[in-house]
Amino acid sequence: MLKVRVRFSKKGNMKFIGHLDVMRYFQKTIRRAGLDVTYTEGFSPHMIMSFASPLGTGLTSDAEYMDMELQTPVSSKEAIERLNQAGTEELLVTGFVRIPEGRADKAMTLVAAADYTLRFRKGRMPEPDWKSGFSSFFAQEHIPVMKKTKRSEKEVDIRPMIYEWFLDEDTLFLQLAAGSVENLKPELVLDTYLDALGVPSDPFAYEINRREIYADIGTDGSRHLKSLYDLGTEIVL
Amino acid sequence: MRKLALRDEILLSVEKPARYIGGEINSVVKNIADISLRFAFVFPDVYEIGMSHLGMQILYDMFNRREDVWCERVFSPWVDLDKIMREQKIPLFALESQDPIRDFDFIGVTLQYELCYSNVLQILDLAQVPLLAADRCESDPIVIGGGPCAYNPEPLAAFFDLFYIGEGETVYDELFDLYEQCRAEQAPRDDFLRRASKIPGIYVPSLYAVTYREDGTIASFLPKEPDVPAVIEKQVVMDLSSAPYPEKPVVPYMKVTQDRVVLEIQRGCIRGCRFCQAGMIYRPTRERSLDSLKEHASRMLSATGHEEISLSSLSSSDYSELGELVGFLMEECQSRKINISLPSLRIDSFSLDVMSKVQDVRKSSLTFAPEAGSQRMRDVINKGLTEEVILQGASEAFRGGWNKVKLYFMLGLPYETDPDRRAIAHLADAIARKYYELPKEERNGKCQITVSTSFFVPKPFTPFQWASMHPAGDYLGFAKTVNHEIKETLNHKSIRYNWHQADVTLLEGVFARGDRRVASVILDAYRHGALYDAWTEFWNYDRYLDAFARTGLDMDFYTTRERGEDEIFPWDFIHIGVTKQFLKKEWQKAKEASVTPNCRQKCSGCGAGCYGGGVCVESKG
Repeated sequence: MLKVRVRFSKKGNMKFIGHLDVMRYFQKTIRRAGLDVTYTEGFSPHMIMSFASPLGTGLTSDAEYMDMELQTPVSSKEAIERLNQAGTEELLVTGFVRIPEGRADKAMTLVAAADYTLRFRKGRMPEPDWKSGFSSFFAQEHIPVMKKTKRSEKEVDIRPMIYEWFLDEDTLFLQLAAGSVENLKPELVLDTYLDALGVPSDPFAYEINRREIYADIGTDGSRHLKSLYDLGTEIVL
Repeated sequence: MRKLALRDEILLSVEKPARYIGGEINSVVKNIADISLRFAFVFPDVYEIGMSHLGMQILYDMFNRREDVWCERVFSPWVDLDKIMREQKIPLFALESQDPIRDFDFIGVTLQYELCYSNVLQILDLAQVPLLAADRCESDPIVIGGGPCAYNPEPLAAFFDLFYIGEGETVYDELFDLYEQCRAEQAPRDDFLRRASKIPGIYVPSLYAVTYREDGTIASFLPKEPDVPAVIEKQVVMDLSSAPYPEKPVVPYMKVTQDRVVLEIQRGCIRGCRFCQAGMIYRPTRERSLDSLKEHASRMLSATGHEEISLSSLSSSDYSELGELVGFLMEECQSRKINISLPSLRIDSFSLDVMSKVQDVRKSSLTFAPEAGSQRMRDVINKGLTEEVILQGASEAFRGGWNKVKLYFMLGLPYETDPDRRAIAHLADAIARKYYELPKEERNGKCQITVSTSFFVPKPFTPFQWASMHPAGDYLGFAKTVNHEIKETLNHKSIRYNWHQADVTLLEGVFARGDRRVASVILDAYRHGALYDAWTEFWNYDRYLDAFARTGLDMDFYTTRERGEDEIFPWDFIHIGVTKQFLKKEWQKAKEASVTPNCRQKCSGCGAGCYGGGVCVESKG
């Protein structure tokens, strides 16, 4: 048995496919590709697989992750070829690595941060000087935001969850806390910024792309991010 | 990236955008420059329902095998998108190319149930094609209907240019060739329709004239021209094993109702239940060969990656090589880690043995369809199932570890009386008793018996096509009788009872046996908002009552009226093999509660022997 991690991109029209449907898609694609993976026991066997972090409908991604177990080993190169032959190019498999047993083998619990880029959709960009306030916005020590939970609204400081930012022309890059402990949605950052400028929020204004998902392998309490892909090693047979 | 007909903002604001983007695995994309005929295959309901339909997958695959044809899929936009498309005047598009279907050569609509009729008008309306065939011009697509409801096409006759009567595998090639030839000759639309009417199975409603008697029944139904056939021959595939079957069914991204490989093992049914339309129109019963099924199963599993395979037929237990087939599938599925689903199996020791191997008996339930509670009623409907056999099956199932049983019945059948209705409760109770007769250590808690009743709708081409329906107020009373009687039984705590809405039954009855005049009711109700009538949340009976009032039609004429034995029915111009004389004989035998043997026991001379195949020849060696 071999634990493997699959990296794939989600592009184009596939942004309209929800997270659960992506899971179903890969179950079927793995069958079509004929990969020999591990199933649960019992009357209705299920493929053992786990996804790193669900991506919202409408977002694209360069690097999504899913872990599974192989019964019969296959090289990274061949697995990628077979999966892409059986699948759609808008959910393209771009990596297939072996992951060591232990801490690195649980994609879901590892996630600590993610990179995003945000752009405005055509015709949705606010007034020309919308970018001018970013430096002072991110320079704040605290950025309080009212976050709605199921029961109540409470104030959360999102500044500590923003790890990095920069602006490249009209594209905003953000590195944000992600995962089960702390998770910050990129649209909330931009919404908060625009709100302070007095720009009304528009749920369809942004095009958001997730670029990478990271684990935190720092041991002494300081953050040391490594992509989920880099935790694995290429399979060569 | 494929272009989409809808902008991101629209797709992200509607429920389940995956319904509208196409691009699924195994969907067919062709180059417009390489094809000469574009066919929009419409299933007039939402994507998840339509994509679960085997017939569409068969014809989609078959049409696209032709190099000159590109067949694409179209489903009813859900109500949220429907509203946006109307507001923004977005023309209805096909999933594959995302192009407006008003520019296609054909719009083909499959008619699977009567309650989709308002959705048929929605499709044409959103497509921006005139609703009435008479209003269409040379540049409009040819609108063609098919499927089981096309066996009485008359209520929809005004909206369609053509109907295809029967199984789709036979004459579409001929129709497409004729269309291309007519286009090459620059023949006008009317000329094409006139020539198409001579293809067996093709019905062009505009070429027939109907006259009515004073009492509202049909006086005559005749072709307007001498060269147009007076009788339409239903189409039937006699060699099913070599008929086209999809090798690579389209695999939806989103979860659909039937998310599995479907293996049609046979067509038709030998049983001859008198209420069942499928049992008559698909005669004679024809099987697919075991070898072809094995091959289809393996290919489709590999091409789709589905995690389940299901058998499809009207009565799988009657397939003559079922044992071998199931044995093969169990082996194949075990190695592929795939589930098998076996619907429409008779409950006997063979099926219980098989089912205990493929499902968890403690979690799954067994289904019986006695259809009627008393033996007399089961004889009236010719359901060859005795109480003894049902109890025997239940008993064996309980010993095998099952404790959940579902029972299906119909209410409002001809010659049904109150004691027959109460017998439903007694049968459910007798089954529960069988469970509690088991020693306590062999039981698994309480048993759960779920009784469901639906209201009977008389259908064309059945022995019950002469039957009257009941006044609207009676139906719920029937269900109450059953409910009350169940509460009186010893084991009422183990029995749950579900019944269906009643008023929708009457409308189904109108559409099922309606004539051409009913089109005005459908159109009026649609204009007043009827849509998704098969969905409880959108169903509105008053809208149809108002439509009857506004159009001046009498609903009772189509529902409660007593039909004469020699009345000309709107569908009599179709020849389905089974003769009206046979149906009439069966109608009389129903009155006497006299049973007719099934096709394998004894040929009853229904008329389907004219096709010279299937079960009709098998019994004679």
